[in-house]
Amino acid sequence: MQMLGKLSWDAIPLNEPIPLVASGLVAVVGLLVLAWVTFKGYVPYLWREWITSVDHKRIGVMYTLLAMVMLLRGFTDAIMMRAQQALAFDAPGYLPPDHYNQIFSAHGTIMIFFVAMPFVIGLMNFVLPLQLGVRDVAFPTLNSVSFWLTASGALLVNISLLVGEFARTGWLPFPPLSELQYSPGVGVDYYIWALQISGVGTLLTGVNFVTTILKMRAPGMGLLRMPMFCWTALATNLLIVAAFPVLTATLAMLALDRYLGFHFFTNEAGGNVMMFMNLIWIWGHPEVYILILPAFGIFSEVISTFSSKPLFGYRSMVMATMAICILSFLVWLHHFFTMGAGADVNAVFGIATTIIAVPTGVKIFNWLFTMYGGRVRFTTPLLWSVAFMVTFVIGGMTGVLLAVPPADFVLHNSLFLVAHFHNVIIGGVLFGAFAGYTYWFPKAFGFCLDERLGKIAFWFWISGFYVAFMPLYVLGLLGMTRRMLRYDVPEWHPWVLLAGFGAVLILCGIIVQIVQLVVSIRNREQLRDVIGDPWDGRSLEWATASPPPVFNFAVLPNVEGEEAYWGIKQRALSEQRLGEEPVYEAIEMPRNSPTGFITAFFATVTGFALIWQIWWMVMLGLVGAFATFVVFAWRDVVEYEFPAEEVARIDRERRRARAAALPTLRQPT
Amino acid sequence: MRCAVLLALATACSGCSSVGPLDPQGPVGAAEKLILINSLAIMLTIVVPTILATLAFAWWFRASNTKAVYRPDFVYSGQIELIVWSIPILVILLLGGIAWISSHELDPAQPLDSARKKLEVQVVSLDWKWLFIYPEQGIATVNQLVVPAATPIHFSLTSASVLNAFFVPQLGSMIYTMNGMTTQLNLQSDRPGRFHGLSSHFSGDGFSGMSFELQAVTDGEFDRWVAEAKRAGPILDENAYVALSAQSLDERPAIYRGVVPNLFHSIVMQELAPGPGPDAGSPHPVAPIPER
Repeated sequence: MQMLGKLSWDAIPLNEPIPLVASGLVAVVGLLVLAWVTFKGYVPYLWREWITSVDHKRIGVMYTLLAMVMLLRGFTDAIMMRAQQALAFDAPGYLPPDHYNQIFSAHGTIMIFFVAMPFVIGLMNFVLPLQLGVRDVAFPTLNSVSFWLTASGALLVNISLLVGEFARTGWLPFPPLSELQYSPGVGVDYYIWALQISGVGTLLTGVNFVTTILKMRAPGMGLLRMPMFCWTALATNLLIVAAFPVLTATLAMLALDRYLGFHFFTNEAGGNVMMFMNLIWIWGHPEVYILILPAFGIFSEVISTFSSKPLFGYRSMVMATMAICILSFLVWLHHFFTMGAGADVNAVFGIATTIIAVPTGVKIFNWLFTMYGGRVRFTTPLLWSVAFMVTFVIGGMTGVLLAVPPADFVLHNSLFLVAHFHNVIIGGVLFGAFAGYTYWFPKAFGFCLDERLGKIAFWFWISGFYVAFMPLYVLGLLGMTRRMLRYDVPEWHPWVLLAGFGAVLILCGIIVQIVQLVVSIRNREQLRDVIGDPWDGRSLEWATASPPPVFNFAVLPNVEGEEAYWGIKQRALSEQRLGEEPVYEAIEMPRNSPTGFITAFFATVTGFALIWQIWWMVMLGLVGAFATFVVFAWRDVVEYEFPAEEVARIDRERRRARAAALPTLRQPT
Repeated sequence: MRCAVLLALATACSGCSSVGPLDPQGPVGAAEKLILINSLAIMLTIVVPTILATLAFAWWFRASNTKAVYRPDFVYSGQIELIVWSIPILVILLLGGIAWISSHELDPAQPLDSARKKLEVQVVSLDWKWLFIYPEQGIATVNQLVVPAATPIHFSLTSASVLNAFFVPQLGSMIYTMNGMTTQLNLQSDRPGRFHGLSSHFSGDGFSGMSFELQAVTDGEFDRWVAEAKRAGPILDENAYVALSAQSLDERPAIYRGVVPNLFHSIVMQELAPGPGPDAGSPHPVAPIPER
């Protein structure tokens, strides 16, 4: 029995320069950042204000930051794949198969679990309590645990770059390829434990947000007075609560197969691959709606705000959202029409899938009529939204096409499919995330992002998207399948090259976005959002200051209809004065807690030890995590008091800025 | 606009290419192409106007356009809601009908309508090559499939190890191969020709090398090819099969002049152990071949 289980110096890929240099670079940059932070004396500040923070706004920002950093990693994988395929016509290309297979597996895993998920969860974290008019989520410390567990999963995926390998099975580890017999390395184990740990975080987020939305709303905010984003967030978190346990169970079964010789999904001894297929897609299909529904919410907010109109057909939109929420559980079999299910089964699931297009179509039309009769302001968030509407309609159409079983029989697993889901995930989720990022950035930091650079980035992204992915539709129609290391069909080559050029355009978009962030931070004084309502907003997050005080609202707003803040604002505008100054009282706020960070530390230790089968370290990690929980559960002081005078001082400042701005504001005509 | 570009691209490549499902060479592929195009056309009738309306509304109601009427109270209309729910429902009714009928007509297990006797081919995906067994002819090939044109072919498929999918894009439907299970597929090539075939489900390091050529030939040529195949080459017995089932990359096409009877059945029933996978670090030794 070795002290370090399977871990040895062989785990470092010394003979493979690309991952070695890449991970070395990441490690050096990481260490430099750490050294700089320590040298500048920022560590206590980071620990106090961010790492141990249980403030939903801070946690939201950290989620979003994690998503953006991981987007760079996932995009690097993407551009390496595009380069490989561009070079690999009748040639080996520059990547060996084991490395290439890790890259596309890591790309999918990272983009879904560590970019799209943290991005939408981060935005929900930041926005939900503000829109609901409350001071935090239902379980603030649990929220911090959720974030740090997600970060722990992301860390494990990145460690696999240097120590060992990542899965070579695709972003979903279909057995029997992912079983020990065909994948004896630690790659699949990295996948399993990274996702198990972050999956716990996601499930806790779901529980937290469902509770927050159902039980914690400002006085007077009935469910049908919630902003659309809250509704889509509710649907998403209900889906998380229902679907993520299935993923956890499925991966647990795969882990039992790999670690303890069970036979859930093996070829032999009664294992059944179809069971994995059904289980993983019963999670997997709702997962795409978990991602897209918050984006739908963002577009609803953005289109309504920048059209200077309430959302058209609000109740119809609520109905459509909840219809999608339910239907998303009834269609999973369309992911394997080509596995020989009978005609009846295929047809039923095909039709069920096309039915989802109905509520989705309704949403598109309602956004359309929100703009109708509006005063549309072409800001960056609105550009993302209009681009989404156009792009998503195309992606939806190709999705419905794939839902017709005989069409799927020739397009399944082809690059047509790859084009379809990038069309809806980039064109839907990512555009939504970017719209939300630009839209709520001033609320989070008190200054806007540079509009000109934002628009340049937008045009690079949108053109890059079309140049990168429309050729993949064509390639699918030419019979090219996904995940090919090399190929010898000459008709495919020009389209592959064109797609590669599109990826370069997207790279330009990403670079401009980074420049935009730097420039905006530098020019923050000119871009300052003084009154806290830079876009002429309609929901409660715009009622408070930018950035909001830690308690969000000095006094919880009283909601008297849909668009809670719009009503308050219109009254103030017509009377040319703010409402009466409220009576300020002391506010109880949750104390910071290192619980999340320490739990995640032990979770990372446990995960790493499980991957390398270092059993004493597994025990250490589990005991450590449990001890952290016990210490937290036995805490004596839960909250601290924010004094009334301080609340009054902060809120009077907000009121002063608003009162000063009142005469300059006009309603659109 | 962008959609039109997409469509133009699609038509452009269907015109110039000789690969892929848009250039079908048999009844299954042709029917599937028709369904693809019909479904696309039905959806384009609402997708194109929707895209145009999105761009038009956004542009016309831009804040700087003083001619556009500002109607901040236009937030609900029962008539519009009726229309926006009805249009997608009607389209989906139509598409649902297509999906139901075509799923049954084009079920891969459905035998093709033909007066001619069908050819039986058994397909086994191995790491990383295709084994094709002709049970009636008593021969087998690797990474090469020769069939008579204008004759329905009935494939029974399984996998010796991990998942793969058998796909000849110009003939139509793909189908998965799975160990311990058999799937059914019926295809036909209308005329002689050479068609690209591949695995369309990722199966590991040698996946990209799993392409093969399907040659559809005349009846006379097929008979001559079978006769020639029977004259030379090794015999695929159980030992040869075990050797073949070890992982290998980029196998050249090969022919076996004979095959032990019921080889396919033995693989499906796991009387022959599944492929061993990579040697290094595998805790499961290759199971011995059962005596038969």
